[in-house]
Amino acid sequence: MSADTTTGGRSAARDERPVAVGITDLEVTFATDGGDVAAVQGVTLDVRAGEVLAIVGESGSGKTVTAKTILGLLPETAVATGAVLLSGQNVLEIGPKKVRELRGTDVAMVFQEPSTALNPVYTVGWQIAEGLRAHGKVGRKEARVKAVDILRRVGIPDPETRVDYYPHQFSGGQKQRVVIAMALVLDPSVIVADEPTTALDVTVQAEILDLLRRCRDEFGTAIVLITHNMGVVADLADRVAVMYLGKVVEQASAVELFANPQDDYTKRLLGSVPKLEARGHTQQVQPADSEVVVRARGLEIEYPGRLGRGGFQAVKGVDFTIARGEVLGLVGESGSGKTTIGRAIAGLTKVTGGSLEVLGVEMNGVHERDFKPKRADIGFVFQDPASSFNPLLTIAECVAEPLIVHGRARDARAARPRVDELLEAVQLPKSFADRYPHELSGGQRQRASLARSLALDPQLLIADEPTSALDVSVQARVLELFTELQSQLGFAALFISHDLAVVNMLADRIGVLFHGDLIESGPNDQVLGSPRQPYTQRLLASLPVPDPIEQASRRERLAELDRQAATDARTGGAA
Amino acid sequence: MTDAAVAADRREPLYKRLPVVAHIRRSVGLQRGMLLTGVVIVAVFLLLAIFAPLIAPYGFGQLRGATEAFPRQAPPSAEHLWGTTVGGYDVFSRVMWGTRTAVAVVIVAVVLSITIGVTLGLISGYLGGWLDRVLVVIADAVYAFPSLLLAIVVSIVISGGQSSLWGGIISAGISITVVYVPQYFRVVRAEATRLKAEAFVESAKVNGSSTGRIMFKHVLRNATRSLPLILTLNASEAILTLAALGFLGFGIGPTAAAEWGYDLNRALSDTASGIWWTGVFPGAAIVLMVLGITLMGESLNDLADPRLRTRRRAKRTTKARRGAEQAPTPTNDEVTA
Repeated sequence: MSADTTTGGRSAARDERPVAVGITDLEVTFATDGGDVAAVQGVTLDVRAGEVLAIVGESGSGKTVTAKTILGLLPETAVATGAVLLSGQNVLEIGPKKVRELRGTDVAMVFQEPSTALNPVYTVGWQIAEGLRAHGKVGRKEARVKAVDILRRVGIPDPETRVDYYPHQFSGGQKQRVVIAMALVLDPSVIVADEPTTALDVTVQAEILDLLRRCRDEFGTAIVLITHNMGVVADLADRVAVMYLGKVVEQASAVELFANPQDDYTKRLLGSVPKLEARGHTQQVQPADSEVVVRARGLEIEYPGRLGRGGFQAVKGVDFTIARGEVLGLVGESGSGKTTIGRAIAGLTKVTGGSLEVLGVEMNGVHERDFKPKRADIGFVFQDPASSFNPLLTIAECVAEPLIVHGRARDARAARPRVDELLEAVQLPKSFADRYPHELSGGQRQRASLARSLALDPQLLIADEPTSALDVSVQARVLELFTELQSQLGFAALFISHDLAVVNMLADRIGVLFHGDLIESGPNDQVLGSPRQPYTQRLLASLPVPDPIEQASRRERLAELDRQAATDARTGGAA
Repeated sequence: MTDAAVAADRREPLYKRLPVVAHIRRSVGLQRGMLLTGVVIVAVFLLLAIFAPLIAPYGFGQLRGATEAFPRQAPPSAEHLWGTTVGGYDVFSRVMWGTRTAVAVVIVAVVLSITIGVTLGLISGYLGGWLDRVLVVIADAVYAFPSLLLAIVVSIVISGGQSSLWGGIISAGISITVVYVPQYFRVVRAEATRLKAEAFVESAKVNGSSTGRIMFKHVLRNATRSLPLILTLNASEAILTLAALGFLGFGIGPTAAAEWGYDLNRALSDTASGIWWTGVFPGAAIVLMVLGITLMGESLNDLADPRLRTRRRAKRTTKARRGAEQAPTPTNDEVTA
């Protein structure tokens, strides 16, 4: 830890607000199969009432472990030393019973995944009351009144009725509101929010961030926000601590950190965040018919429903084309049908209506036998680098698979020269070829995945959220590599992502999907520069940018859009 | 998890990476004690089975020595270490030879049920469809049947109640197989169904791999990780089933091979007259062997599950030590490298 950055030389002016949590010299060590791992090494932090402290860092930086220590939530295999002062008591030393008393009343937690943080068999009202019951006797009526009140304050409409709803009756964003309500109900002085918006769509994320901001302003709660998203940090945080390999490498106020980062790691982290700015190299050529790789006309895909129930229509009549050598970006939120389209092109999902032509083969009613020869011309990069490799084969064997299957090589050894060539193309050292997938990091695995998909020199590459599981600095490298290989090899690509900024970096044209409809498509600059559809405008405005000052103005623009939409709906309803 | 964790130590020499050895090396405390006990007991029984002809002073069906017939129901003596039975067999020799029968039956039963169960489970789980539904119904029906009754029926059907050495071993093995195939089938089918949706299987599909290649190269190899556990647990149940069959008179005759269950049956009337040695030794052999295999299976099971595995406590990193280790404070370049 470089001493000068943490000792407050640059931290915000001393303020008078009381310290809600003080962490001093915290060290956490885990016992693992591979020996002891020091996850947190000498972290010193404090959070004051009514302040949002963001802890940022990549996966494995120790940010979640640090935050969990505040609640005394470390697993048995961990040993923690140092001091975590909460309401004048050291959480590490007071014993489990006292810590339990502190939880809920003094410190509460908001989890990453709202769907798993709520128990599906109880009503949300019951679950909120459960927190009250854990800290003293509360009457049934009184608990209900409190639950309704807190639900109203976190912005659940019609709380008197919905207090009796079960979690599955709420949307993802509303579930996260309920989780926040559960955290707020005992009026804790600190809320620890562990990646509270990572599982949410970008438009919903904006709403939850607004809610957390209100928690701080109205309830005076101190918030420890753990995130890897610099945009979220810029939007919400007052102060930022950057963690790297278990240490705090830099701590400063948000405005200062973004304007003038001191540590090299912070600079690199900020530099790798993809930005939404015009690229200006978009070429727009109307492709001749022979040059079209994929053509969809009124494409419909329906997932069969259960017995006695209708199917679910994931894609509702979509038209698009991908020309030879062109990169089409598909953006949309979860459930918009973007992944389904990608899978249909690769023949993994059946087309149920309309027409989808892939490399000259009609996919509606296609037989695997007819499509098989074309598979050599299609590469696919999957979203999750952890599961896209057979864990029992080495990287070289995995990359050689397509070559063997299509008869270009007899076995993995014969394919080795080509494999080495491919690994070199994706900038992986040759020695990695003999490693097993779990021995590689996420980014390295995703590059190997790219190598595998390019093994047969495909005409078309489908990339389904290839970087959404990666840390931002790793993501930058993978995207760079993708762009480089695309311009070198000239394959056409369908790039699927929920992140507008990522799509902007790669795509020539962008299509925006919403509930199975392609609502807007066109060249890059047009869709992102001057979007015509209100949904696209909202999507753009919801994306937080890594700059606190610009983000504040974007926030206002989003609020304005919302107001406008509300008036439109009213006048539309009146007319 | 087992494979990943074992594979993680790939740079270790081969003997340290073998399944049981690797498990012992990773275990601590009580779990290690349990595992070691189980491994030692099983190893002893295996050695006894292999060297039975050298260890046992007499044959399993031998009724007379060089000069005269063995005494009946004689108490333990120098001549007959563990005494003789009502039929005049030497108890010590029969227990030793019985180890051989038990091990042979276990091997036959396990090999047969794994081969059949895994193949059916893989086909059923990966291909699905009507075949899957039919197989699941059959497996459920076999499950619902009392297993010993089923084993008796199968043993009668196969051997007609008669038994030569290998006829007896194979029929006992097959009757046990019928009972245990559904277990392997279930486990492998569940794994295959799960793996079918994994990205690496889909990736193989996108590559255009044939169904057979996907099934055997990608699915099968990943579906087998929980098999060693069922295997050990089933082996102990197989011994119990074999003993029960023998006890009820459906096993292997005394002239074909030695079998503990049969000996226990013959010792039944001795207990009332205070002749303990005819029942205690075969009974103890059954209990010990089942105990050994179960201990091994259970601790392998616990070790394979990271949530159940106990680890050494992490050492407290003291400031002083850490300071000494990292004497030169890393510069920012090192931190960010």
